[in-house]
Amino acid sequence: MIRSVFVLLLLTALGSLFAALLLNYIPATELGLTARYYAENTAKDVGATNLVTAIIVTYRGLDTLGEVTVLFLTAAIVGLVLAQGRRRQKADLGKMPPSGELLQTGNKLLTPLILLLGVYVFVNGHLTPGGGFQGGAILASASLLLLLTNPLRRFSHRFIARVESISGMTYVAIGVLGIIYAGGFLDNRILPLGTLGELFSAGAIPVIYSLVGLKVGAEFSSMLVNLAETEEL
Amino acid sequence: MTFIAMATGFMLILIGLYGALTNRNIMRMIVSFTIANTGVNLVLVAVGYMRGRTAPILDEAVPVGEAAARIIDPVPQALVLTAIVIGLGITALMLAYTYKLYQTKGTLDISKCRELKW
Repeated sequence: MIRSVFVLLLLTALGSLFAALLLNYIPATELGLTARYYAENTAKDVGATNLVTAIIVTYRGLDTLGEVTVLFLTAAIVGLVLAQGRRRQKADLGKMPPSGELLQTGNKLLTPLILLLGVYVFVNGHLTPGGGFQGGAILASASLLLLLTNPLRRFSHRFIARVESISGMTYVAIGVLGIIYAGGFLDNRILPLGTLGELFSAGAIPVIYSLVGLKVGAEFSSMLVNLAETEEL
Repeated sequence: MTFIAMATGFMLILIGLYGALTNRNIMRMIVSFTIANTGVNLVLVAVGYMRGRTAPILDEAVPVGEAAARIIDPVPQALVLTAIVIGLGITALMLAYTYKLYQTKGTLDISKCRELKW
């Protein structure tokens, strides 16, 4: 009883705070200083048409490296915490009822298409809405579909780990190349900027974002696989 | 438009906190945290919105020269992209710990976990 009163009090206080924020909020009519700099200089400095990608991969590339590291840590910890649960295996294989015809056929049809869409999204990250994180999530949704069709399917942990570590290391290596051949860490001008709006443009951004996409896809997949392998029968 | 999105975001934060504070089941608390997380993201995106402008992608609608006058703020969008990914990581961690907790305790009721209670 006392607890719910406290909860209500807290929520009322927070709600009035939010209401004050909301009612006094005046939408900006002009871009801020940082945003204007990005808007005016992205085309000639970075060569990407998608400004969000330019910010994430180049202007704040170090931030993204940190983010990818956090994601890697999460995947590693999930694997570590759930690792002991993997002892009982294979004993009860075959006891599961088969998943439906619809799911099985749809899985065969859709998985390659989903993978293709994921690759498309992260390869075109500098031109269209999308990018490495979104494309990686789409890639991982393909492995989710595979797991839905057959919850006992086992993925190769070694393959996932290889993809993840190779793309992560190449990402850092490209960043270091930026120090040597261009303006600084993760500078995308180690490759020619090309024509604005074409697939092979924006320097190293498509390469970096593809690596991020592969890495994120591998990390999400490993989380999904680790969680799925806790399935008990 | 901004007002609606922001109000929805704040409402989602409050709903999520309410759920996290009143539910005793850990799975439900995780769902509540996810809802609150969505609310925060919605508020952040709404801050970057500007009336009558378009997405921060340079194309025919947004020539390079006029970009500063045509696009909405790209910075909150980049921040939210980060926030979404980190939020997903947190959710996965919470789920993994919940699984371990269930294995050791055999219950998902948080009021049964009294080790740290004083």
